[in-house]
Amino acid sequence: MTGQAVIELKDVWAGYEGDRVLEAVNFRMEAGDYVGLIGPNGGGKTTLIKVILGLIKPERGSVRVMGVSPEKGRHFIGYVPQIQPGDRAFPIKVWDVVSMGRLKPHLLQNLHLSDSDKNIVERSLRQMDILDLAKRSINELSGGQRQRVTIARALAAEPKILMLDEPTSSVDSRSSSQMYDLLAELNQSISILLISHDLTAISTYVKTIGCVNRRLVYSGQKEITSEMLGTAYECPVDLVAHGLPHRVLPSHQEEDDHD
Amino acid sequence: MTMIDTIQNIFAYDFMRNALFASLLVGVVCGLIGTLVVLNRIVFLGGGIAHAAYGGIGLAYYFGQDPMLGAILFSILSALGMGLVHLRTKTRSDTLIGVMWSIGMAVGIIFVSLTPGFKADLMSYLFGSLLAVSGADLQLMALVMLLVIVFVVLFYRSLLAISFDETFSTVRNLPVAALYLMMLVMIGLTVVVAMRVVGLIMVIAMLTIPPATANLFLKDMKGMMLLSVGLSWLFSGVGLVLSFTLNLQAGSVIILVAALSYLAAGGYKKLSVHPKP
Repeated sequence: MTGQAVIELKDVWAGYEGDRVLEAVNFRMEAGDYVGLIGPNGGGKTTLIKVILGLIKPERGSVRVMGVSPEKGRHFIGYVPQIQPGDRAFPIKVWDVVSMGRLKPHLLQNLHLSDSDKNIVERSLRQMDILDLAKRSINELSGGQRQRVTIARALAAEPKILMLDEPTSSVDSRSSSQMYDLLAELNQSISILLISHDLTAISTYVKTIGCVNRRLVYSGQKEITSEMLGTAYECPVDLVAHGLPHRVLPSHQEEDDHD
Repeated sequence: MTMIDTIQNIFAYDFMRNALFASLLVGVVCGLIGTLVVLNRIVFLGGGIAHAAYGGIGLAYYFGQDPMLGAILFSILSALGMGLVHLRTKTRSDTLIGVMWSIGMAVGIIFVSLTPGFKADLMSYLFGSLLAVSGADLQLMALVMLLVIVFVVLFYRSLLAISFDETFSTVRNLPVAALYLMMLVMIGLTVVVAMRVVGLIMVIAMLTIPPATANLFLKDMKGMMLLSVGLSWLFSGVGLVLSFTLNLQAGSVIILVAALSYLAAGGYKKLSVHPKP
């Protein structure tokens, strides 16, 4: 049984000015999925995100978000960018950041925040358990709190898909596991695509795992297949470096303790 | 008492009253637009527009037109040009802005030198001539101020969004490029009117020092804009009175008052913040 594809890439090739980063990428994500994509730095994870968001056009192939072009479909995506340390200097309050989730495509629709918009912003803040931080400047927040703000902003857009880029890069391990619990809860109503270079952090939480390194290996399973190891050579290096949870490995490579 | 008398005497002169009005109008413009320039980190682009405007001044001079008209035309065109360059080529835009900056100056200087006759007032575009502000100048300043206020008030949320996170704004399908170009045109107009006060060489200071000072104390864009306007008024008012009493060039004194206040505020901030244990 196949459901409705929320994101679908067919034979996508993409890069920057002749420097090819992605080759022959095929990817299909369905409603309710929780996909974790891993891959080495420079392996094309960020490019893949940009292609799905319509920020760069692929040289070849087709991209569909909720069945339409990325430009039309991306407003269904709640985008959670990686937190950059340099952003800290910007003078803005948590409430105003999360309100950006309610931005509409026409300038004149954004004159002020309507009452229903305010309710949604408040709900998103409460969902991420940061309503008490609403009036605070983002510069006063910890990495974990800031990450919650960016997720709340994405939720305020009432997305069908939540797309997170390296969500734990500036978060300590305790708030990181709290955040994954929250994501699992959100996954009951929202499809999630999570991209990270850190396999161990995500392998415990996602439903299915894929690997990006120029090419994408993804078969809708929660196991690292030998094909992934072969195609994306750097993945196993990452595994060895971080220590690998048993259940991620296929049975013929490790003792049989998964279903 | 005597100080108030002195100030009253100073502003008994028509040209001093005009200078004060000009400072107040330009202060609003620079406070609002300067905050956007600082938060978007496009100070260099602002400087580029200001210097490119000199090309328009030179051309207008050569063809016997009003130099202000040339300045407006060139600053808007260069703002759009630099904006497109910035939007297309994120990485190398500073180089291209530097090139346009120099081309504008070069064109201006060549056409000014080709123009026969006495041209002492050209210096006023470089260094400002606050004391020679005319009624027409004041009208232009008032018009630009109205435009800038309407622009900022109407599009405040969208401007905040593109300043804070351009990518997220794009994903929300906000017309980022159009808004960005509109902002640059406003910067172009701001540069033209600020040029009358401090000259195009020091326009960057008028755009950046008040918001930078405000940013030391306030942590949201709206507050920064309002405090920047107030600080612009304060700096220009104090600078104007000082320049009159000391018989020094007004624009330069205003900039020095602003810069010293900024340094003092920064020092005060550093000393008053208690380091965490």
